[in-house]
Amino acid sequence: MLNGTTAELVERKALRINPAKTCQPIGAMYAALGIHGCMPHSHGSQGCCSYHRSHLTRHFKEPVMATTSSFTEGSSVFGGMANLTQAFKNIFTIYNPEIVAVHTTCLSEVIGDDIPTIIKKSIEDGSIPAGKIAIHANTPSFVGSHVTGFSNMVMAMVNYLSEKTGTTLNQVNVIPGFVEPADMREIKRIAAAMSANIVMFPDTSNVLDGPLTGQYKMYPEGGATVAQIKSAGDSIATVALGHFASHVAAATLESKCNVPAAFLELPIGVGATDRFISTLANYAGVEVGPAIELERGRLVDLMSDLHQYFHGKRVAVAGDPDQVIAITQFLVELEMKPVYCITGSPGNQFEKRMHEILDGPVPEAKIKQTADLFELHQWMKNEPVDLLIGNTYGKHIARTENVPFVRFGFPILDRTGHRFFPTVGYMGAVNLINQMINVLLDKKDRECDEEWFELVQ
Amino acid sequence: MSSTIEVLPGRAASIAVAGEAGGAMVCDKHSLAGSVTQRACVFCGSRVVLYPIADALHVVHGPIGCAAYTWDIRGAQSSGPQLHRNSFSTDMQEMDVIYGGEKKLERALMELIEKHQPKAAFVYSTCIVGVIGDDVTAVCKKVEAAKGIPVLSVASEGFKGTKKDGYRAACEAVYTLIGTGDTKSIGPLSINLLGDFNIAGETWIIRDYFKRMGIEVVATITGDGRVDDIRRCHGAKLNLVQCAGSMTHLAKKMKEDHNIPFLKVSFFGLEDMSAALYDTAKFFGDEQLMDKAKEVVRDEIGKFYPQLRVYKEKLIGKKAAIYVGGAFKAFSLVRALRTLGMTTSIVGTQTGDKDDYAQLREMCDAGTVIVDDSNPLELAKFCLEKDVDLFIGGVKERPIAYKLGIGFCDHNHERKEALAGFVGMFNFAKEVYASCCSPVWNYVPRRARSQRPEVSGQKSDAESQTEVAS
Repeated sequence: MLNGTTAELVERKALRINPAKTCQPIGAMYAALGIHGCMPHSHGSQGCCSYHRSHLTRHFKEPVMATTSSFTEGSSVFGGMANLTQAFKNIFTIYNPEIVAVHTTCLSEVIGDDIPTIIKKSIEDGSIPAGKIAIHANTPSFVGSHVTGFSNMVMAMVNYLSEKTGTTLNQVNVIPGFVEPADMREIKRIAAAMSANIVMFPDTSNVLDGPLTGQYKMYPEGGATVAQIKSAGDSIATVALGHFASHVAAATLESKCNVPAAFLELPIGVGATDRFISTLANYAGVEVGPAIELERGRLVDLMSDLHQYFHGKRVAVAGDPDQVIAITQFLVELEMKPVYCITGSPGNQFEKRMHEILDGPVPEAKIKQTADLFELHQWMKNEPVDLLIGNTYGKHIARTENVPFVRFGFPILDRTGHRFFPTVGYMGAVNLINQMINVLLDKKDRECDEEWFELVQ
Repeated sequence: MSSTIEVLPGRAASIAVAGEAGGAMVCDKHSLAGSVTQRACVFCGSRVVLYPIADALHVVHGPIGCAAYTWDIRGAQSSGPQLHRNSFSTDMQEMDVIYGGEKKLERALMELIEKHQPKAAFVYSTCIVGVIGDDVTAVCKKVEAAKGIPVLSVASEGFKGTKKDGYRAACEAVYTLIGTGDTKSIGPLSINLLGDFNIAGETWIIRDYFKRMGIEVVATITGDGRVDDIRRCHGAKLNLVQCAGSMTHLAKKMKEDHNIPFLKVSFFGLEDMSAALYDTAKFFGDEQLMDKAKEVVRDEIGKFYPQLRVYKEKLIGKKAAIYVGGAFKAFSLVRALRTLGMTTSIVGTQTGDKDDYAQLREMCDAGTVIVDDSNPLELAKFCLEKDVDLFIGGVKERPIAYKLGIGFCDHNHERKEALAGFVGMFNFAKEVYASCCSPVWNYVPRRARSQRPEVSGQKSDAESQTEVAS
């Protein structure tokens, strides 16, 4: 399939080949699933909703519910107000969620539907019944990426729901970023181990990693409740993880409710996890405690056991900006060489931050925003790497170039480990080390001459 | 649980029960705004139909999403070029929306055609293109003139109808290729296969049967498809239409303009597969051909029937729910399940019409629930009420079935084993058995608790398996 990829680089302005991103609405849909009792609603054609649900289902292997405005030619001419009003009526009548989170699509954006006005009218005419809530985020597909859509929906949660009552509550907000349910579960576990009282939103754990009970629940147990998100305005502080997915929401909360925020990166690897844990401990007024210190010690122990294997290994990383920024730092901690780092999402902060991280230890590194996998592959053809880290779409390159491959990020459509094993926190770093060492040594064991085939590594 | 799930008031007319009174079902409509529909859009219909043409360039004109979600998702295999598996898009940005994307599209096409030298190019319009008014056809004509290959505009703006309209747009695009190739070397015993997409290599299996009968397959549209084959396919004497929903339109056009008759067939299940071969032989009115068809059927059934019987013994009496795209597939599945001794308790489609549903009511056992354009809540409700053992559907239905503790078989894009042909029936039986009778369901609380007297008064599935097997 990728036989046509050549090492010769040609500048492309009009063309995207094998993208390293997708569109805003799917990010908004994922974020909305992290509110308890929420029905995400796609204001556009049926196809958008269907694609997002299928794609999320392939990644999470879980039912993904969302409704659609089912646009027709008529709605594209006269606007989607009638569709959305009708949708509210139907959704609340039959699916009975506590809250509907509307996101737009390229179609409804270009038509220019005014969602806040439609929501207002729907409350007035009873299409949204008393006691029920609708929120919205504008998510035009032709701006940003799925990460932007996620960020916009988290911001909408703050804008619509969070309130300051004047009584500060003994809790810290955590905005976890566009990460797995397993990661959100891990963040809650860490906070509990430190006795830090947190409110996390969105929270898709127990929504998209639920148990098999023989029952089908449209609204699973998990998710941040509306009351929790509301109370975020009274929290001591906010810890926002990831510039691209979380910082806007934290800044909004800061200006709207005067809740101070720490703008951190995703806690992947030792340093970033240290910063997260100490920030959380500070705000919550708790000690880090021996349980977490023990985990850190075990991670560092593992790093020391294996550091020779990682030293100097050339790595290509593709993914969402927050993820790439975070894992690159971890790779540097392991003295690996992240030589190619790309994201499909636009945003200058990515390149700026990546240069800060890599200009010292890996001055030859190539860093690019708004890039695609075709270009990354071309770089790899010019000068190969020892390891590729990226989402499932990296598998074509990994196979063509025979490069060990660790799946990391969104989406992962062909493996299941991401549902159970976090990559955040000290234990997440252990998981990443485990995956990296396994693929590196598996390749050696498979391919080395027999005299170099060793029992003990 | 089941009592708490209700059917949307507006949906009642789209649900019927076989053997009970009732008028024609309401179907073939846009889904209700606000429903969790399992359906997709016009673009989706066009993209899935044309995608398997492997030596053509497929360019999605629009923002990145539509290209990203249709990138290499369909296991439509190619015996040669793999170009179709890449994702090419104009990745429209805000400025393109404001100033139009025609220039960008033209540049993208020129670059790609230069680089890959494809036999043809398909350009898919997405919602936004329909709203901002890019003249995609004009761009296509310009590039076609410059590059000397067919560059085809697919009118697949998502909101302009249903998935069915997307099939139609795809047929229209393919049709512009037909009639442009040399048909001289095509013999009198020749056919085209329409509407098989070579998922898990199914086209190859079907081709082989016809080859053994001495019939030439001119073009497969679109499974393992090639542009040059399509260009000359008007030289074939008969069209076999397997996925009637997507390809009947093309077959009709070829009948009108090229006088090629068509037969609607199905390659799923022993009965339907055999009928497809016999009907083809009958069409050519050649005794020898009929003998060869019988030989193929005899050989193949001989090969698989003993193994099918073993599965049937284990599956007899089990109940299935079917929710698929087209009605023709649903018909085949009802019959195929009968071959395995199973009954169909629920059957639904995304794109069936009135006649299709009338036929389903006719062919299903009394009490079978029949639904058009269903949603997860409805499906879950009926599955629990009917206590089915198996769900046959696509990607969005799988996790719902599993959550209920029900076995699953993907009869859609993500099937991993060929389900067409005689060997396909064997694979189907194996897959159905593996899922229906998996011991994993014994650990599901709902299943472990329930008493299921209809299967030899058993206490658990595991015990019944041993009983039946012995």
